[in-house]
Amino acid sequence: MSTPYAKLPAWADYGLIPVINLAVAFVVAGLVVLLVGENPFRAAAVLVEGAFGRGQGIAFTLFYATTFIFSGLSVAVAAHCGLFNIGGEGQGYIAGLGIGIVCLAFDSVLPWWLTFPLAIIAAAAMGALWALIPAYLQARRGSHIVITTIMFNFIAASVMVYALVGFLKPANSMAPQTRTFLDGAQLPKLNWVIELFGAKIRSAPFNISFLLALAMAFLVWVLIWRTRLGYEMRTYGHSAKAARYAGISETRIIIVAMMISGALAGMMALNPTMGDQHNVALEFVSGAGFVGIAVALMGRLHPVGIVLAAILFGMLYQGGAELAFEMPAISRDMIVIIQGLVILFAGALEHMFRPYVQALFASLSPRSVGIEAIKGKGA
Amino acid sequence: MDLFNAIIQVLDSTIRLSVPLLLACLAGLYSERAGIFDIGLEGKMLVGAFAGAASASVFHSAYIGLGMAILISVAFALVHGFASITHRGNQIVSGVAINFIAAGSTIMLGQAWFQQGGRTPALASDERFGAIVWPGADALRGVPILGPIYSELVSGHSVLVYVAFLAVPFTWWVLFRTRFGLRMRAVGENPAAVDTAGISVAWLRYRALICTGVLTGIAGAYLSMVQNGGFVKDMTAGKGYIALAALIFAKWKPVNAMFACLLFGFLDALSIRLQGTPLPLIGKVPVQLMQALPYILTVILLAGFIGKAIPPRAGGVPYVKER
Amino acid sequence: MAQAAIELIGINKSFGAVRANRDINLEIARGTIHGIVGENGAGKSTLMSILYGFYQADSGEIRVGGKPASIKSPNDAIALGIGMVHQHFMLVDNFTVLENVILGAESDALLKKSIAKARSELERLEREYGLEVDPDAIIEELPVGLQQRVEILKALYRGAEILILDEPTGVLTPAEADHLFRILRQLKEQGKTIVLITHKLREIMAITDTVSVMRQGTMVATRQTTKTTVGELAELMVGRRVLLRVEKGEAEAGGVKLAVKNLTVKDSRGVTMVDDVSFDVRAGEIVGIAGVAGNGQSEMLEAISGIRRAVSGSVMLDGRPIDLTGAADPGELRDRGLAHVPEDRHHVGLVLAFEENENSILGYHDDPRYLKGPFLDIDAIRDDARDKISKYDIRPADCRLKTANFSGGNQQKIVLAREMEQDPGVLIVGQPTRGVDVGAIEFIHKRLIAMRDQGKAVLVVSVELDEIRSLSDRILVMFAGRIVGERGPEASEGELGLLMAGVEHREAAE
Repeated sequence: MSTPYAKLPAWADYGLIPVINLAVAFVVAGLVVLLVGENPFRAAAVLVEGAFGRGQGIAFTLFYATTFIFSGLSVAVAAHCGLFNIGGEGQGYIAGLGIGIVCLAFDSVLPWWLTFPLAIIAAAAMGALWALIPAYLQARRGSHIVITTIMFNFIAASVMVYALVGFLKPANSMAPQTRTFLDGAQLPKLNWVIELFGAKIRSAPFNISFLLALAMAFLVWVLIWRTRLGYEMRTYGHSAKAARYAGISETRIIIVAMMISGALAGMMALNPTMGDQHNVALEFVSGAGFVGIAVALMGRLHPVGIVLAAILFGMLYQGGAELAFEMPAISRDMIVIIQGLVILFAGALEHMFRPYVQALFASLSPRSVGIEAIKGKGA
Repeated sequence: MDLFNAIIQVLDSTIRLSVPLLLACLAGLYSERAGIFDIGLEGKMLVGAFAGAASASVFHSAYIGLGMAILISVAFALVHGFASITHRGNQIVSGVAINFIAAGSTIMLGQAWFQQGGRTPALASDERFGAIVWPGADALRGVPILGPIYSELVSGHSVLVYVAFLAVPFTWWVLFRTRFGLRMRAVGENPAAVDTAGISVAWLRYRALICTGVLTGIAGAYLSMVQNGGFVKDMTAGKGYIALAALIFAKWKPVNAMFACLLFGFLDALSIRLQGTPLPLIGKVPVQLMQALPYILTVILLAGFIGKAIPPRAGGVPYVKER
Repeated sequence: MAQAAIELIGINKSFGAVRANRDINLEIARGTIHGIVGENGAGKSTLMSILYGFYQADSGEIRVGGKPASIKSPNDAIALGIGMVHQHFMLVDNFTVLENVILGAESDALLKKSIAKARSELERLEREYGLEVDPDAIIEELPVGLQQRVEILKALYRGAEILILDEPTGVLTPAEADHLFRILRQLKEQGKTIVLITHKLREIMAITDTVSVMRQGTMVATRQTTKTTVGELAELMVGRRVLLRVEKGEAEAGGVKLAVKNLTVKDSRGVTMVDDVSFDVRAGEIVGIAGVAGNGQSEMLEAISGIRRAVSGSVMLDGRPIDLTGAADPGELRDRGLAHVPEDRHHVGLVLAFEENENSILGYHDDPRYLKGPFLDIDAIRDDARDKISKYDIRPADCRLKTANFSGGNQQKIVLAREMEQDPGVLIVGQPTRGVDVGAIEFIHKRLIAMRDQGKAVLVVSVELDEIRSLSDRILVMFAGRIVGERGPEASEGELGLLMAGVEHREAAE
């Protein structure tokens, strides 16, 4: 097979092209804003102002970004192993069950710094478990993991409804959610960090799980590029046959990669539950698992890119809330559209502008493009 | 007789609940048989539902509504085609994108245009597709057994219900008796064979996606203009994914698709009917279990415990000319 | 001189910076069989794809039957009476023969008439050319020879007057190939023009009237077949005398390193691909497995290297058994000193998206030399890769370059360097020089012989008979999953050819 696209310098590949794709997504989003009769430039200004204008906004932006870092890493880890884990939503949701049980059991007896590690373990374990079955079915029975993880999202939703209207909610309550966690299961805020820079924050849920997310981003980088396991995952992701040849067990690598991916997806449930709402409620994940797809694609599956893309999406979520307030014609669902457009242009259409960029580079310096890429292919 | 009436009622709602699944499932069949995975059925149904209800209420015509539903749904199908056929993008990623754009834009435009919290105005009866009463249906109602079957199950549905069920033999005929069907099946199995035979792979796949768009458009129109008197946000509620599951369950065959959708529709009808009612021997079945059953069944099927589901061979792989 | 069926004038075609065809001129007379020979990558297939409308030439003119033709798609080619039988069959596997034949040539929007018409047309073609196939058979259930026949029928059904066959005998047994040639001669008698693309000179000599030689994208010569020799054509193909024999001394075979006993392997459909095969490979010898592609060689290699599970049989490595029917995995075999250069380097032997240094540890990534606990020792890996690059003269000498950016010969050297430098006791090599340029072939052959001289046991599988004869100390011939004979390196091509064809192997063995 021929290489469809020739070589570009790394900065163009990892910087310029994603920026172009993103820009186009925003131009199209701007057209939607026009369609509802608002000024897209003013909307963009409101959005950025809302996200970064005040300490309050920055804290919220980083709060949202925390969840998206987890879900983006989750998608990326699976993708490096050639698997499309579209089940982060369900894995995160079901992790709420583990968090709920741990927090309800220990919040009155343990301090937060003991409850938190237990909750991390519970969340990761539940997420991993929820990824295990689709992974096993893919590895041993050849079931398409995209379809099974979608199915498991729905099954997770049913399980959580069952649990929340059943044993998780207080007996005397009608609302399908746990009681409010006590101090022993409330994560400390990080707002003071932003306040160090002189910004003022009334109250924002930006909390310590952000640090956990950054730590995970680093660990994922180590895992993928610096460990034997990561090497095996990447080998399998590029070529299952080469992995077999190299003595890498297909079953093992699929299951391990998916469980790590599921564990990361599970950890995203910590931020909204222990960090913000202090309970586990119906649909608390609210699409963050799917945002991970956009974040991972935008970040080109690299942890640094993912952190940046997660902050971008955090900004959209926070700025979008301000926008809905300032411009009533634009609802918060604008973010969902932008998310879709980013997935479309940075994901499905990622190569659309590449030929033009290549032609541009070729005209600037003919030697940098494409010569080696095609050499040695049978004609 | 009470039990008989209950059964008739459950079967009647089975039919009503199966219709959107069936239309979406057949829609998926066209695209997947042509080698394009489509997890964007959900989104296309949703935009169809919105466009249908919105234009029916603005133009006061059910048929204009249906037309717009199809038009917009086809437009979204073409976006999927543009990404996955013309630009050889990842078909699953493109499908996910479509679902997001659909979910966001229907609510946002609905809110901006109608200011009813994402709903469209309630449709008047002439803006919806009403029931068609078959000749003699009322007269025969009293006849035992056959009467209720004829008057409740066969007669008294909207035209879109009949369209959905007629689409089954029609799709079979297209697939196995026409040139288009032959080429479409070929392009889903080995696009290179189609290309070297001098047929455009891209144009063939685009046409299959247009069929998909038409059917998801009708499915959406059914939801917002028959089952419901207007558009409500997220009204597809995962039906696109159940349809996808049904398609796998049916092993990509039209008649099987009908039975799979009837089965899933039946499960849905039953879970509504049995809500809170204890069953003999089993006791009270949690409603969540009933709702999750189609997904669980599909997972079991995919695991290969109920025969093997072999998808079209070229599915999901963009066509690149080899040299 | 008969009128020209096809004239190609000044054809140029580039892919990126690679000029696949340069200024090609060619004239093919009507009613003749014209051969085009050249090495892999010489530009033969590209040229024919241009003629068939699969690619457009960057410049140049095509004339069909004396008239300038614009061929923008296979459709135009078909309309001009050009048909093509591709190297990889363009058939829909789960369709019937009839459905495949009418695909793209349906008479109207409904299938009924087309099917009836095709059925009677197939009967006619069967009568006229002896092309028998059951029209209702499913393609995937037919043997390859018949599948190829369906391809020819497809072309004839579309009214082809000019038939292009791209490497048609690669997958055929000699008997099937002979049958194909009879059909081609018959077609020629009926006035059809046939273009045969191959790199097998024997076929050219056997069947063509005229022959053109391509080298590195250019057309270097056209000859009357009767007025040329294999030697001349071979020289024209490679541009210098072919190195048919690598110089090597006598083998000093030692003890048995690898003993295969009663090995049986089935493919995923349950068809027996390797049938009760037994042989030994000793230290200090090269054993070559000859055979037409698809006779079980690939499956045998995969089984011995632990990639594919065997149904029954035993393999002893250094006198200790390997459980090939159960738990054996390639990693374990590597640990025990069995190295494997697989046939398919693009998908098996290498990960093309990896950097060169990452590929130089593939399969040995669990070796403590490359690890610090669970972490990769990046410095050790890169130093090791640079070392191999200089030892094996891999170019460009950049261990951080993506593997896809190396040429075929250099990619093969990356695999060989990795496997040989592990100092294995047993080396198995599938198709050592497939898609490799001439210079690298010589290098690779010399390395394999050096391995032998160091006392390693080497097993080579190749479909190139010349390569097998030049390298091996003993030659085993495989046919239909069995070893049908053993010969020394002095065996004649004809003798081996007979064995490869599976004819009278009992007599031949005596």
